[in-house]
Amino acid sequence: MTESQKRNPSEPEEETHKPPDDLSTRVIPGLAARVGSRVLAEPAVPAPAAAPPTRPIGPVSPSPKRTEGWLPEGTVLQNRYRILGVLGAGGMSVVYKAQDLRFPKVTRLCAIKEMLNTTTDPRLRALMVQNFEREASILATLSHPAIPQVYDYFTEGDRAYLVTEFISGKDLEALLNETEGFFSEAQVVQWAIQICDVLTYLHTRQPQPVVFRDMKPSNIMLDDQGRIHLVDFGIAKVFQSGEKGTMIGTEGYSPPEQYRGIAEPRGDIYALGATLHHLLTKQDPRLEPPFSFQKRPIHQYNPAVSAELQEIIYRALEYDVQKRFGSAEEMKRALLSLKSARGLAATAYISAPETVRPDALKVIWQFACEDEVRSSPCIHEGILYIGAYDNNLYALDAETGKFLWKYAAEGGIASSPVVAEGRVFFGSIDHSLYAVNAETGRLLWTCPTKGRIFASPRVQFGHVFIGSDDHRFYAVNVANGRVAWSVETEGAIRSTPAIGPDAIYFGDEAGILNAVGVNGRLLWRFRARRALTSSPAIAHDLLYVGSQDWFVYALDLRAGWVVWRYRTDGPVVSSPTVVGNTLYIGSADGHVYALDATNGYLVWRYRTGGQVTSSPTVHQGAVYVGSVDGCLYSLDAQTGQLRWRFQTGGPVVSSPRAVNDIVYFGSLDHNVYALPI
Amino acid sequence: MEVGWATDVGRQRSLNEDAVLVMEAWQEGHYAMPPVGLFLLADGMGGHRAGEVASALAVRTAARHILQNLWAALSDQHHSADEPSLQEVLTDAFRRAHEAVTGRVPGGGTTLLCALLLGDRAYIANVGDSRAYLVSPQGCRQITRDHSVVDMMVELGQMTAEEAARHPQRNVLYRAVGQRGTLEVDTFICTLSPGEVLLLCSDGLWETVGGAEIVRVVTASASLQEACDTLVEKANQAGGRDNISVILAAPGCEGSVASGV
Repeated sequence: MTESQKRNPSEPEEETHKPPDDLSTRVIPGLAARVGSRVLAEPAVPAPAAAPPTRPIGPVSPSPKRTEGWLPEGTVLQNRYRILGVLGAGGMSVVYKAQDLRFPKVTRLCAIKEMLNTTTDPRLRALMVQNFEREASILATLSHPAIPQVYDYFTEGDRAYLVTEFISGKDLEALLNETEGFFSEAQVVQWAIQICDVLTYLHTRQPQPVVFRDMKPSNIMLDDQGRIHLVDFGIAKVFQSGEKGTMIGTEGYSPPEQYRGIAEPRGDIYALGATLHHLLTKQDPRLEPPFSFQKRPIHQYNPAVSAELQEIIYRALEYDVQKRFGSAEEMKRALLSLKSARGLAATAYISAPETVRPDALKVIWQFACEDEVRSSPCIHEGILYIGAYDNNLYALDAETGKFLWKYAAEGGIASSPVVAEGRVFFGSIDHSLYAVNAETGRLLWTCPTKGRIFASPRVQFGHVFIGSDDHRFYAVNVANGRVAWSVETEGAIRSTPAIGPDAIYFGDEAGILNAVGVNGRLLWRFRARRALTSSPAIAHDLLYVGSQDWFVYALDLRAGWVVWRYRTDGPVVSSPTVVGNTLYIGSADGHVYALDATNGYLVWRYRTGGQVTSSPTVHQGAVYVGSVDGCLYSLDAQTGQLRWRFQTGGPVVSSPRAVNDIVYFGSLDHNVYALPI
Repeated sequence: MEVGWATDVGRQRSLNEDAVLVMEAWQEGHYAMPPVGLFLLADGMGGHRAGEVASALAVRTAARHILQNLWAALSDQHHSADEPSLQEVLTDAFRRAHEAVTGRVPGGGTTLLCALLLGDRAYIANVGDSRAYLVSPQGCRQITRDHSVVDMMVELGQMTAEEAARHPQRNVLYRAVGQRGTLEVDTFICTLSPGEVLLLCSDGLWETVGGAEIVRVVTASASLQEACDTLVEKANQAGGRDNISVILAAPGCEGSVASGV
């Protein structure tokens, strides 16, 4: 907003839209400028590192371009105050450091705020004077150690002056800018408690509460004793219930209702929340979209912040006034209940949710195979099918885990079975694709290839589609196991195909994503920098796939060009799952990622204890995925917060399936598990 | 592909601070290419010629970057990770425009909206409050979202759309080309169904001509160019308080990209 808006809180709206007198002097940091018909929120330049060492009341840092009309050093006002220098300046006022000459034996310092005569518009000028007087009179009625004391108010010529207590110290914005790393949680909580105290004082004034309206790091001074002082009451206001006026405050910190012209005590609580968010994350809200704190969780920037403090800050930042703390006193009580407020180490954010639900998860059933289970389960009509490295394909009762039958191949089964037309299809490292009866396990046919089969089949158009380590991709007739066609690829195929309306897509170990027509004719190819072991997924007319070159790619389904890509910190073997607008995938960097499926922007990521090569599955708002650390994780699909995890005796590379409130998966500890959701 | 466009100073301003750029390309032959349309629209702001310089510079700088990088995506059935993604091409184009405006037009800023139409697929990038819509006889669906403070309030349920439309600060943008440190760009993808028309416009149109009216004009016009001219006329009839820019584009029925080698 313009300086005129900032200084004219309760005036008619059209006043706030007056352009500043001179557009070229738009140099005041932290304030917005109006240009042409449209207003741009002015870049809130963080205070320069060379901010003044001390700064009492008054806005922003000195503006080098505008010194005209400032009082030179040595000027004496009222025969009493000698100007020692400029502490800060805004568009409409300057704050000087001065010495009070009536105390000759000691150096008594004070701060003098001078209202600059910047406008020729008599009406605007009258408003400025009125506001300046209001600031003086509000301050004069207040008496609190954290609020500057008013000593004097006078006019000289056409200028008005406000003399206040001088506070020696530094404002929190300057401190934030010169501090490397983050402030400790305990430190910030101590400041927050002090601020709640002074807000409680302001909000309980009689007959009407005082609303500060401009809480932000640069208006909070930390004196040499480590005590907090609120400065700049330039827009503070005696609260009249239900009153509407114009929007004022500092964009980025102001509560939503302030844009509707409502200023009330709980607006200060919001701005305090915004201030705490800034102090803990070092993310300046004036450089972010308005009201976007919830989209920028504190622990993502500063993992040392406890979940409890984050919860308090987000309650202060509720858009709905009714959902915030009812008073600063209530917020203070919440802050006092924190471990970090009692001098105890804060619980790091990451470990906090684990207390939500201990690992005492009751297994519904588990079934021991004779070797590692890398295959992912397939559940069909109450039967779970899964392959194991003991060469067997197992059929188990999904509800009880009771063994129904097994079919022994000649080699281990890493491939994940699929069921279609009453048959189970799967590949084996013995080079063959198998079809067995889904009810009895009786062999129907085998289709030999010239390489081991790690990939999994897909069934569509009456054909089974599967790739082999022999660098060929096969389309096999469902009924008789005859090869309808096959295509040669550059690399071995470990990726399971995705089937679109008129094409089939699969990756190979040479890093090529092949798109072929249903007749086997090549449509397009995309070459990644490393192997494409991940199995592609189709959604939004895009083809999503991970690569061992660390990227997750979104390709145009019909033409194959890259629409977006996202770089993780390790090879991506895991396969994407897209639900609605979100894509979930794991990486060998140990994280589970949630990305915006239309543009690849990170929604959240969660760190497990090992590589994530298992592919996530999403069920009823939760993501289930295994990790090489031996755990199956259940994460909140929206926030990425841990719901629970379950430890097995070996790495979990199998991808879970969730059906009827049960999640199924295999582990390298040889077991198949069924867990309650 | 059929395209129409118009830009007009309006009735109350002396300068047109909007800028539009329209390009179309076809290729026929053994290797077919989908019809390509590149559309950019910018609404500048800032005093003393800064607005129209900012918008024109943004449009040209962004178009230059897109054209330099587009051919790789279009020219082959063989793609590789060495090519930038389309999203990178679009967002880098916006960042270059941002750098150009920041460096050469101090005090100026501009909205910037870009749509790259490849066959029936539109790749859209946006900063500011110019808008992209999909218009069909069934209605007018907004694709972009405005980077205005009131729009954010509406999104958060803190203000009704009616309040936002009347709010004295409805023109306050929190994101624009040439303003603030780093530029975040919104990107969208949509596939146009037969009968759907892509509309790009500056606020001079959407603030004055409602969605239903836009649908009526587009469906009743003999051509998209006629529709653009009529929309500008309607905005002027409603007062023409601001500059008005409109681009309409519809992929032809030949818009399919899938083709064998």
